[in-house]
Amino acid sequence: MVNVIWILFILIGLVIAVFNGKVAEVTQAALDNAKYAVELCFGLIGVYALWLGLMRVAEEAGLVNKISKKMQGMMRFLFTDVPARHPAIGAMTMNIIANMLGLGNAATPLGIKAMKELQDLNPHKEEATDAMCMFLIINTSSVQLIPTTVVALRSAAGSSNPTEIIGTAFIATVCSTMAGIIAAKVLQRYY
Amino acid sequence: MANIMDIISSFAIPAFIFIVLVYGHLKGVNVYESFVEGAKEGFTTAVKVLPYMVAMFVAIGIFRASGSMGILVSFISPVTELLGVPAQILPLVIMRPISGIASTGILAEIFKVYGPDSFIGRVASTVMGSTETIFYTLSIYFGAVGIKKIRYTLWAALLAEIVGLIASVVVCTIVFGR
Repeated sequence: MVNVIWILFILIGLVIAVFNGKVAEVTQAALDNAKYAVELCFGLIGVYALWLGLMRVAEEAGLVNKISKKMQGMMRFLFTDVPARHPAIGAMTMNIIANMLGLGNAATPLGIKAMKELQDLNPHKEEATDAMCMFLIINTSSVQLIPTTVVALRSAAGSSNPTEIIGTAFIATVCSTMAGIIAAKVLQRYY
Repeated sequence: MANIMDIISSFAIPAFIFIVLVYGHLKGVNVYESFVEGAKEGFTTAVKVLPYMVAMFVAIGIFRASGSMGILVSFISPVTELLGVPAQILPLVIMRPISGIASTGILAEIFKVYGPDSFIGRVASTVMGSTETIFYTLSIYFGAVGIKKIRYTLWAALLAEIVGLIASVVVCTIVFGR
């Protein structure tokens, strides 16, 4: 699916560019974005190293298991095909907690670690398991307690109450996450 | 309440670091060595992600620079008006699942044009704060482990996004009024 969308983005973009007379702009955008993506990745190395380092400490100290236990009931409901004591549960729990706190940069390396653990359980290495699908659906619907970026932007734009949308965003995020979980539970029977 | 939220958001990261290090030390972990050992994975993880990043950024850049994004907005707007979604936030709604960085830019532009405390500004804030990038997240996470068949993940994620959008409009209308 990502494959199809990716091709469509590029092909539609190229065709429309010819009709709009924006071939030069498209060339520039392609080159600039390729360069920017690399810069972004190199910028990520430090953050990844920091959080994976902290995660290792937390892991060796048994902190992950400790926090995981409190969310065990919910995690078992969400990820029925992952054994309760598997390291994937710990990594996914930490990722979800980091997402809830709005620590986007912290959540990503934790999430990738979780995916690697889930891949160990996967009998078909190129096809996503139910647990992987559920994990990413929860991730993309973002159970966020504090939308830090939005609050910062609102404040910069001169809002009289930058944090007033925390409540509305929380209600909306709960709705979207519930919808995502229900959709995943239903769709996993048919795919 | 807002103050508590401010305190939580500014202290979350330092508190996390503090708790992990203190807890690790108390449990007898050689904190420094185990940190360095874990940090080694940082480089390989970032490098593995790089080609996926380039692929997505180039595709989106071409789509946007060609004017295709503008055409897409004009096609979808009759449908979203039926749902009560202000047409002015459409570029954000379209960009949100695709790119976090680009949608942040669009949100800032919406604030500049309509003001952060307008109905449009509040709905845009709520949408931005309650949804996540879908394509980026899926390509990074599935890409990192080499998954090619993603099954129903994209559809369920898009459905959640649409529910979040409608909930944002409804909740903002109730809480702030139009």
